[in-house]
Amino acid sequence: MISYLTRRVLFFGLTLLLTSLIVFAAVRLLPGDVETAVLGRGAEPAARAALRQELGLDLPFLIQYANWLGKFLRGDWGNSYALKAPIMPLVMQRLGNSMRLALIAMLIAVPLSVLLGLLAGLSEGKPFDIAFSLISLILVGIPEFVMGIILINVVALEWKLLPPSASVPPDASFSEALPRLILPSLTAAAVLLAYIGRLTRVGVIAELRRTYVRTAVLKGLRWRQVVFKHVLRNALLPTITVIAISFGWLISGLVVIENVFAYPGLGRLMVFAIQQRDLPLILGGVMIAVTAFALANLIADLLYAALNPRIRLS
Amino acid sequence: MRATARQRQTQPLQIVRLSMARRGRLLRRLWHDAPLSSIGALGVIGFLLLALIGPYLTPYNPTANSLSERNQPPSLAHPFGTDNFGRDILSRIIYGGRNIFALTGSATLIAVGLGLVIGLYVGYLGGWLDQIVMRLADALLALPSLLLTLVLLGALGNSRFTVLVAIVILYVPIVTRVVRSVVLDVKTKAYIEAAEIGGESRFHILFREIMPAVLPTLAVEGALRFSYAIFLVASLGFLGLGVARPEPDWGLMVSEARDWYALSPHILFFPSAAIVVLVVCVNLMADGLRRLLEYSEAD
Repeated sequence: MISYLTRRVLFFGLTLLLTSLIVFAAVRLLPGDVETAVLGRGAEPAARAALRQELGLDLPFLIQYANWLGKFLRGDWGNSYALKAPIMPLVMQRLGNSMRLALIAMLIAVPLSVLLGLLAGLSEGKPFDIAFSLISLILVGIPEFVMGIILINVVALEWKLLPPSASVPPDASFSEALPRLILPSLTAAAVLLAYIGRLTRVGVIAELRRTYVRTAVLKGLRWRQVVFKHVLRNALLPTITVIAISFGWLISGLVVIENVFAYPGLGRLMVFAIQQRDLPLILGGVMIAVTAFALANLIADLLYAALNPRIRLS
Repeated sequence: MRATARQRQTQPLQIVRLSMARRGRLLRRLWHDAPLSSIGALGVIGFLLLALIGPYLTPYNPTANSLSERNQPPSLAHPFGTDNFGRDILSRIIYGGRNIFALTGSATLIAVGLGLVIGLYVGYLGGWLDQIVMRLADALLALPSLLLTLVLLGALGNSRFTVLVAIVILYVPIVTRVVRSVVLDVKTKAYIEAAEIGGESRFHILFREIMPAVLPTLAVEGALRFSYAIFLVASLGFLGLGVARPEPDWGLMVSEARDWYALSPHILFFPSAAIVVLVVCVNLMADGLRRLLEYSEAD
């Protein structure tokens, strides 16, 4: 277990390092024009050269990367061009806001999807299963922005149950923000629900066909015991990985959802940064999102290993 | 030498080389087991036809404004109605479909082609090259798809070409990994060893002996990638990224229709429905392909 743990953590660090190199290279090597972004179009060549030197853009690429990485690890992420403010506190605040949304979406989606997936898997081919499969198939095909707009128009504007926009002040407290968080969380949960539910269903069906299920039934265990003590446990193992992967999906989804609901999260900040071509802000925001995603994967892997001795012993 | 190599090719699962009768049998079985999958595939073909010949059927210019015909509900003249600039929504959906098919189709094909070649080589050769390529793929896969696209849009500029590049970069590692896993399995088979001993060239072994066994799995993966690409492009269009106004784009149409929902909901309904129906059809088609693959494996 210890060696598995070290291997996984090392792998996590290596992946993050490589990813940061790729993102840094994309932002620095591609023909984006930092000088124009900072100084405006009509800048003097001398001013441009001075800025390049100041930002270290005249150094070789790998030295630039090492410098940036050193500062990044020490928490000095530079200033945003567009907002003229330090990046790290800004990105961290927005990350916190996005995490609130992600957390509520997960709390709604995970238990519900596991339950529905289990019920559908147990009633394979029956009306409930067919209805579940059809609805989840359509849910998977509905982009977040369409779902968000439907919820806004029906729940908020026609039924007037909840506020249509989630534009809270960026530093609003959780209880202040909560009523405005429900619709965006539901939007995020809808896609997750279908996705996790479908995979749980497949897992349950696969486990039910295993011979140990027949053995358990034949030796006289009650069906409820077979399902909850044996089938569900085994079927849920892959679901852990799926939840971690769907966290990456959620990060992408939140970019869209935050823009639909005008919610001050990391995704909305990123789209703003792209529109402004604010490269340091893009770099900081993407790196923090990637770290969060990689961390979720790491936790899922460790949890998986803790629950499944077959993995850590091999 | 060549002749014996041909004769050896009695290999597993090759839908491409099945007889017509057996193909027909597999398709009938699919229709019986999963009629929705077949309908989905027909739907995709329908959308494709509409994208190809639709522009000759519609009398309207998708970008022509008509102030006297703003926000018209669906009618005989305009089956899907008109938007707030008086533009014919059906025409905009047809032309938008063309755009999304051209972009996601070519991006998916390029990604599948590159991933196939890279996967064949690294899977067959193995060694340090395989290690490096796969670690690089892991690093790319650690980036959530929309974020990588946003980075590239920020660095390369906000254009359709950037979106194409982004989709290729996103999907090459995924396709490579899928192809590689099949290659790792196939290369242990006796007929590959026979070809190696027979002195066949590496090119021949990779593309004539191994590749046919990869193609069915690749078709399933390609269909899935295609559906994700449509999703991604629609989401970007909604965010106003990677689109050239006033070119019709489904995602952007949804975004622009938001403000008019109370007055004329059809402006919002038709482009949203187009996206959902197309994605569901492509997903169903991918499911059908997967089933066909399972049938031929089970035979």
